[in-house]
Amino acid sequence: MLIKVPMGVPVARPRIGSAGKTGLWRVEKPVIDYNKCTKCRLCVIYCPENTIDLLENLYPQIDYDYCKGCGVCAQVCPPKAIDMVREVK
Amino acid sequence: MQVLKRKTLALVGNHAVAYAVKQSKPQVLAVFPITPQTTMLEKISEYIASEELNAELIKVESEHSALASIYGAALAGARVFTATSSQGLLYMTEMIYWAGGQRVPMVAAVATRAIAEPWSIWDDHQDFLSKRDAIWIQMMAENVQEAYDMTIQAFRISEDERVILPVMMGFDGFILTHTMERIEVLEDGEVDNFLPPRQFNLIDFSDPIGVGPIATPEDYIKYRYEAMKAMERAKGVIEEVMNEYERISGRKQNGLVECYKCEDAKYVFVTMGAWSGDCKVAVDRLRDAGVEAGLLKIRVFRPFPKEKIEEYLRSMKGVIVLDRAYSYGSGGILANEIKATLYGYRVPVYSVIAGIGGKDVRPRHFQKVIEDLINDNLEEERWLL
Repeated sequence: MLIKVPMGVPVARPRIGSAGKTGLWRVEKPVIDYNKCTKCRLCVIYCPENTIDLLENLYPQIDYDYCKGCGVCAQVCPPKAIDMVREVK
Repeated sequence: MQVLKRKTLALVGNHAVAYAVKQSKPQVLAVFPITPQTTMLEKISEYIASEELNAELIKVESEHSALASIYGAALAGARVFTATSSQGLLYMTEMIYWAGGQRVPMVAAVATRAIAEPWSIWDDHQDFLSKRDAIWIQMMAENVQEAYDMTIQAFRISEDERVILPVMMGFDGFILTHTMERIEVLEDGEVDNFLPPRQFNLIDFSDPIGVGPIATPEDYIKYRYEAMKAMERAKGVIEEVMNEYERISGRKQNGLVECYKCEDAKYVFVTMGAWSGDCKVAVDRLRDAGVEAGLLKIRVFRPFPKEKIEEYLRSMKGVIVLDRAYSYGSGGILANEIKATLYGYRVPVYSVIAGIGGKDVRPRHFQKVIEDLINDNLEEERWLL
């Protein structure tokens, strides 16, 4: 249920996809090598767009609809299991 | 009419406001000490230490943080309070605009004081009036009793769902904050009935919202338009709340403006704040001398009570506006507002700038100005140096 915000009080209602498919902005795509991944979850914590979910087996999964390809996950990954693959020619 | 025997106390202004705050039961307070407000903070701390007031008093490192912290608490549904003065109010300014724009219900008491430079701790209205466009309701007390009454009323007005605006209650530094007066206080139970706990709460974990969002040019102006509408609605709500308070307290509250002997007056002073009392003495003396003088005291500066002022002043022979603040390069702030309100009427408006930086103003100063006006010897703007 939406709470009643009085008229004229400025609030935002952040919703998934409210800015469209922001994944389209991506130049480089992070690709996880699950053979190297140690399930440490640092990428999940660091993702500034909250687009990395944990699967039931605790491996991370990137939502490419909204991942903007910033590369933070690849930078923080201790075993270097994430490759940034250029998508735009 | 049954004469009520009220509890009567002798309190300095700061302690009277602290007493009103205690009775209003805010849950979160954040105050940074600054002269001449500090003794209010000290009194509130005592109330919390002795468990007379059950509240969280956040120790902050600045006025900016003080307002920022109660801003968050207010959004979470708490009743909140802060107080400051002069440089502290200026340091708080960025958050003042945030609170106004976000429409956060809160009450801030401002012990008015001059602004540096030159450094001054004495009273004038320059700090208070510099916040006139920040989307805050601004009220100003004439004496310690009004400061007490207005503090309790301010919470009610601020939290009214037709309004939802922060309220600033100004009262003159030292002249009221440090002067002891006999005041009548309400019983705790009466304040509880007048001021029920806050209903409105923006935080709901099942439905998250973002506070402090960006607004595109398409939306921004609409929020400001709504704020303007809320200010207009506040006029009626303020009158309503003050009338209800009048019934409970048995003391006249006067609403947005107080008219002192101005119904049959030809010449009228317009004032705001503590020196209205001195002005009343001057009016009485002038009346004894056969001069048809009166006083219109502005109790609420924002929203500006244009309709009331127009009603009282439109047929006056002369209006003298006394300002304790100045818009440099323009004119007396209250004088400019009165002139704008009386646009279209043939009423001469004179501006007198006095009392800035605490310079003493006495009834005889008011008398002299009106005598000069009658003798056709008063300039459009006069500074009492």
